[in-house]
Amino acid sequence: MPETRTAHRSRGPVAHLLRFAVIAYLFLLVVWPVSLVVTHTFENGFDALRTVFGDADTVAALRLTAIAALIATAINTVFGVGVSLLLVRSDFPGKRIVSSLMDLPLAISPVVVGLSLVLVYGGTNGWFGPVLEAGGVKIIFATPGIVMATAFVALPLVIREEVPVLQEIGTEQEQAARSLGAGPWQTFRRITLPSIRWAVVYGVVLTLARSLGEFGAVKVVSGNISGQTRTATLAVEEKYLNWEQESAYAIAFLLAGVSVLCIIAVSILRARADRN
Amino acid sequence: MSIEISQVTKTFGDFVALQDVDLSVPTGQLTALLGPSGGGKSTLLRIIAGLDDADSGRVEIEGVDATALPPQKRNVGFVFQHYAAFKHMTVAKNVAFGLEIRKRPKAEIAAKVDEMLELVHLSQFRDRLPSQLSGGQRQRMALARALAIEPTVLLLDEPFGALDAKVRKELRDWLRRLHDEVHVTTVFVTHDQEEALEVADSIVVINQGRIEQIGTPDELYDQPANDFVLGFLGPVTQLGDLRIRPHDIEVSREPRPDGVHGHISRWTRVGFEVRLEVTPTADAPPVQVTVTRAEANVLGLKVGDPVWLRPTVGAQAVGV
Repeated sequence: MPETRTAHRSRGPVAHLLRFAVIAYLFLLVVWPVSLVVTHTFENGFDALRTVFGDADTVAALRLTAIAALIATAINTVFGVGVSLLLVRSDFPGKRIVSSLMDLPLAISPVVVGLSLVLVYGGTNGWFGPVLEAGGVKIIFATPGIVMATAFVALPLVIREEVPVLQEIGTEQEQAARSLGAGPWQTFRRITLPSIRWAVVYGVVLTLARSLGEFGAVKVVSGNISGQTRTATLAVEEKYLNWEQESAYAIAFLLAGVSVLCIIAVSILRARADRN
Repeated sequence: MSIEISQVTKTFGDFVALQDVDLSVPTGQLTALLGPSGGGKSTLLRIIAGLDDADSGRVEIEGVDATALPPQKRNVGFVFQHYAAFKHMTVAKNVAFGLEIRKRPKAEIAAKVDEMLELVHLSQFRDRLPSQLSGGQRQRMALARALAIEPTVLLLDEPFGALDAKVRKELRDWLRRLHDEVHVTTVFVTHDQEEALEVADSIVVINQGRIEQIGTPDELYDQPANDFVLGFLGPVTQLGDLRIRPHDIEVSREPRPDGVHGHISRWTRVGFEVRLEVTPTADAPPVQVTVTRAEANVLGLKVGDPVWLRPTVGAQAVGV
């Protein structure tokens, strides 16, 4: 960003002190703890990772996390683009309420999200669950519930990336496309989508990173059955409490690794988008 | 008649943008919608294009009722004030857009794009992105894009409003020449009376949601229908019993029996002209006079000087 380049470079003692404080804060809060996860993982070379990948239940947990995260991200991407367009391009009564609702998942605890899903979709006492279960669809204590909880928690990420970009590009290009003969779908595909593509990409990557790490909501809805509904984050807790700390660190390392890769991908894409 | 508008009304909340507007735009002409900002002229243009819907009334384009047609079915070329360039497409792709939507054969599209870029003098920029063009070039690209689909009517919404004065003047001349070549029925919106007077075959003056007058530039300038048109097309002043344009007054330092006597009470130089305010000796409101700088120099006019004023030979009184 150009602002960073032209930022005033202060050399006073206050500036040094502030810089030191920021670095120390980040080190104590983020860098040091995370790096300890890495060092603990590789304390005995690749043994920990080998153990993790040798354990069928743990591999199942990793696979479940990957599947749930991918499905939740796909759903949130499609839904997020739709909701963003609705919020920016149309006017309807209650729009502000809908807009605020989109922030709710960020504001409330994931545990509450999990509990509320159980209240609606729970197989025995839920409001809607028994009907679905009678129809052969099991949501709570099964993969659909895990996907729903994950999608709920990561809901705002795509929308919050896209809304400002949609507002910035305005509607003139879309109107021009319409006057040139394009229908609504052609206009979306050929004009709107290319204009917001970087925002969509950031949103997807952030959603993926957030989905992989979801714990609280998933813990409530999944039932935490080893080899079936236990996700990677739940496996970390389980291993840690069962004195298999090396495995816990290894799984944590894998989760953190994917998230770091996501963040690196975003910053590379962002730099490229800024250049264009 | 190419565009037939009858009884069109449009409101935005409490604000009446257009009220019972009737208008016929003849085929092949260059028509200006002229009026102050917020007068409803852009709204009318957008209703013709289908980008806004009228609350009531009817729009006909080339004999087809277009009132309920979406914009993509009206075959109308629209040019926006801020160009509305497709930022992620090259100049050539922008121009080809309408034809690609229409699924024309590739060879035909390529030929048409070449022809259009030739027409707007942008052939050498065909592979650039809009961000690499100047404002004037972007607007020419937008014009080529609108013309490529061979529209029934071409609509331009303050097309030169975002450009600087010099480019604006060039594009204005160029639009006139282009229209003489292409002959597509064209309607453009402007708040600049000079632009309308210079370019248009016919001018529609719109104010507060109503049409004040329709006519050729000469008709409007010399026979304004009301005070609003009179004042909007250019300054007017009162000389004796006459209402007259300030540049139609002759200034003399010698007493003239048929002249109005007065003293120069204000002197303002604006570029090539000098604007004077003359307070008559007889009890009358001050007269605004515009003379060229050369005239002012020859006569040596200063504030306080006594002068005699009379209409220039061939001057036309303007009346309502």
